[in-house]
Amino acid sequence: MSRRAWRWLIPLSALPVLALLAYGFRVDPREIPSPLIGRPAPGFALTTFEGAPLTLEAQRGRVVVVNFWASWCYPACYEEAPVLERSWRAYRDRGVVVVGVDIQDKAEAAQKFIRDLGLSFPNAPDPTGKVSVDYGTYGVPETFFIDRRGRIRAKHVGALTDEVLRTHVEPLLAEPAG
Amino acid sequence: MIPELGYGAAIVALVLALWGAVTAALGARTGRPALLLSAQHAALAVFVLVTACFALLTYAFLTFDFSVRYVATNTNLGTPFYYRITGVWGALEGSIILWTWMLGLYTLIVIVRHREGARELYPWVLTVMLGVLAFFLLVITVAAPPFARQAPVPADGRGLNPLLEDTGMITHPVALYLGFTGLTVPFAFAMAALITGRVGDAWITLTRRWTIVAWYFLSLGLLIGGWWSYHVLGWGGYWAWDPVENAAFMPWLTATAFLHSVMIQERRRMLKLWNISLVILTFGLTLFGTFLTRSGVIASVHAFTQGTIGAFFLSFLALVLLTALGLLAVRWDALHAQGELDSIVSRESAFLLNNVLLVAAAFTVFFGTVFPLLSEAARGVKVSVGAPFFNQVNVPLFLALIFLMGVGPLIAWRRASFDNLRRNFLWPVLVGVAAAAFFFSLGVRSAIAVLVLALTGFVASTITVDFARASRARVRLGEPLLPAMGGLLRRHNRRYGGFGVHLGILIIAVGVTGSQAWSVQTETTLRRGEYAELAGYRVRFEDLTASEESNHFKVAGAFTVSNGRGLGVLRPAKKFYPQETSPIAYVDYRLGLREDIYLVLGDFARDGSQATVKFQVNRLVSWIWIGGLVLTAGAVLAILPEKKKAA
Amino acid sequence: MRRRLVPVATLCLAVLLSGAARGAPAPARPVSEAEVHEIAGGLRCVVCQNLSVADSPSEMARQMRAIVRERLEAGESPAQVVQYFVDRYGDWILLSPRRSGFTLLVWLAPLVAVALGFAIVGVLVWKWTRRPASTGAAPRVDPAMRERIRRETEAEP
Repeated sequence: MSRRAWRWLIPLSALPVLALLAYGFRVDPREIPSPLIGRPAPGFALTTFEGAPLTLEAQRGRVVVVNFWASWCYPACYEEAPVLERSWRAYRDRGVVVVGVDIQDKAEAAQKFIRDLGLSFPNAPDPTGKVSVDYGTYGVPETFFIDRRGRIRAKHVGALTDEVLRTHVEPLLAEPAG
Repeated sequence: MIPELGYGAAIVALVLALWGAVTAALGARTGRPALLLSAQHAALAVFVLVTACFALLTYAFLTFDFSVRYVATNTNLGTPFYYRITGVWGALEGSIILWTWMLGLYTLIVIVRHREGARELYPWVLTVMLGVLAFFLLVITVAAPPFARQAPVPADGRGLNPLLEDTGMITHPVALYLGFTGLTVPFAFAMAALITGRVGDAWITLTRRWTIVAWYFLSLGLLIGGWWSYHVLGWGGYWAWDPVENAAFMPWLTATAFLHSVMIQERRRMLKLWNISLVILTFGLTLFGTFLTRSGVIASVHAFTQGTIGAFFLSFLALVLLTALGLLAVRWDALHAQGELDSIVSRESAFLLNNVLLVAAAFTVFFGTVFPLLSEAARGVKVSVGAPFFNQVNVPLFLALIFLMGVGPLIAWRRASFDNLRRNFLWPVLVGVAAAAFFFSLGVRSAIAVLVLALTGFVASTITVDFARASRARVRLGEPLLPAMGGLLRRHNRRYGGFGVHLGILIIAVGVTGSQAWSVQTETTLRRGEYAELAGYRVRFEDLTASEESNHFKVAGAFTVSNGRGLGVLRPAKKFYPQETSPIAYVDYRLGLREDIYLVLGDFARDGSQATVKFQVNRLVSWIWIGGLVLTAGAVLAILPEKKKAA
Repeated sequence: MRRRLVPVATLCLAVLLSGAARGAPAPARPVSEAEVHEIAGGLRCVVCQNLSVADSPSEMARQMRAIVRERLEAGESPAQVVQYFVDRYGDWILLSPRRSGFTLLVWLAPLVAVALGFAIVGVLVWKWTRRPASTGAAPRVDPAMRERIRRETEAEP
């Protein structure tokens, strides 16, 4: 390149930076992929609001849907609770368990949430937050889909819909428990 | 009706701004004064129209016009009166109107000040200013219309973001934007210089005061932002290296570099290419800053995001950078001149070093801020680049800069002789070393803290030595001391104003060091009557009180603070706003010269029997705000008009 | 798909929501506030934007600090505690990027910038301090010009 032409490097040097910034439009900085997908789900031993024990171990062999929620999580948790309840009722006999874990919440508010929305699947509080951190949650609602062999296969951030839940659960149900 | 008027005003303003830009350019090419006059009238009209927009939007706020979506999202029936005015610029659309209004104001001032004095450059300056105005008006009319209506009209609005209900919020955007928009003026002059080919010193001399004023407002905006963060957000810190904080800091760094390197161009006629590049870089970083804040491309506490607006800003940034840098390449030969340096030990060298460090710091902050994006683009992995990184990499650079603050003003131009060095620096070096020994003996073990204190001693001594020597010279000529000092300040206001600014920065540096190195905190749950102790203070939980305010519900804890003597009662609270899902912390604090006591209320029992409190003793934070005041005094002194020599 | 609409910024900037920390069982080794603070200072608060777990007033951060303390008390090393979080949240949770692999780039950037700056300034200073050989003599002014200068400077009022 002749000496005169080098100077044009200066305006051209702006292009890679601009391209990088433009790339930024395609990604969402708040969406963090979970490193736990495909790995064994962390076990937990909680006590439901009714006082019954609730462990992940006990669900081995079934497809488990673990949903993290809170009563102050408005409106997303309120929108997805009926979805979870419906799925529970539809799938419980087919070997699917829906488990709700209530985080960073107060007992009365949580129980009111369960009562008002008529939830019949097991719900347990996570008072120290250990289970939520174990699962790498960073907000509510978040839902994990665990297969029959106890591995996390999918994570959904945000309110669930019937369709999303079905899309994740059906393939896992089809897998053998071996 | 009112919103439609506002929208109409914006559209007309956009058309007039474009008209003005074109006529100013034509006026420049053809030399016909009538065209220039028309452009000036257009600029005036644009300002009036934008003022009208602003007024109409404020009116919509004051009259609770919830049919306007922006009003409904930022205010509700309970919002207090003054926040209904300041809330106008509390979110995206309104903030752009504020920016545009300031740009219009600056354009008018440019017209009044420069239409006579800068014949060649002025028309192009006007073109660029009106062009930038046109862009922002385009954003107002198309991308983020503040007057957009919504149906059905809600009965009540959502309310202002509670974190913005604060005096810091009122002043921070104003100061910051005055700084950002002010930087458009030197840029416009630089572009005019490039376009006309008059890349000599005229544009620098004309913009010197503009640069200082814009730089000052930017500094003020950053400091107020820190103050707001400190006393509102409840984490006890004032700077988190959040991407939007960085977005304002980067242009500040390059503007500081520019402020210094123009002095070399003024004295030695060197660095023309560098100065123009710096100005372009600074303005580019300003646009990058607004892009970051408004596009949501990088996660930040501050970003107000909206659909297409990011694309608008990025496109404009691209246009500005490619045009400006392209012009730079075109004028390369005229700019690229052989410099002349007599010795590496000289003020010129010190200034060059200053520039290298400041621009390196700006680059570091920039690279760190966009790195998460780069990591994702290059390998699909999300990473974070946060405060620990920025603190670690920037500290050495800033330490070196503090050292230069002491060396630069005193070292000779061209070539500093050994004698000159000895005369100017012997005492300050001794003071610096003594300060290091002194503080080490006091028990300070943090290497950085010792270094900062030593350098502060060094720099403060250089300032004192210089001022004392000059005053003594005057006193020897017969003048009494105080008038001699006053006269010095007035006669050489640029120099001593600069010293004042340096002193302000020093004080801020000490404040930052002290707060980082020596602040302590603890978090406990206290029952009524129980107390917690920290750093000699005792905080006792007395009671909880609940109250109903106009737009929120407040629960405040009463904590008696004492350190041997009673220091009063602090009342940190939690404010519950209907539009927010979680409560907002209200911090209570007691400021002091040496340390601040800072309380944040955590969880509490309904019956008021116990409460969790985070208790911090933050050291030397007040020095940061005091440094800001000193900096202000220095800046004001520096921009005073030159005193004419007595005949 | 509706994402959660919890305004995470305000969530983060709000203060604690649920009960005070439960006491941990008797610690196997005593852990100082400073140690917890140091590790927590390097972790990113997941509900906040750009605050560390040490600084964040949010409930999630408080719970994470308690977990850090518990793990330290159980005998884990700081590196192991940090790895625990990285295993669950990915490298994103580290506030300061790792000094290896791709992220080494961001640590090198300031060094490269300063080195490059010094190099450029060094070259320029070297070029500019080399005096051209012929600056010895003052530029010659021809007599007519000299006369004109004399007349004009003396004509000053």
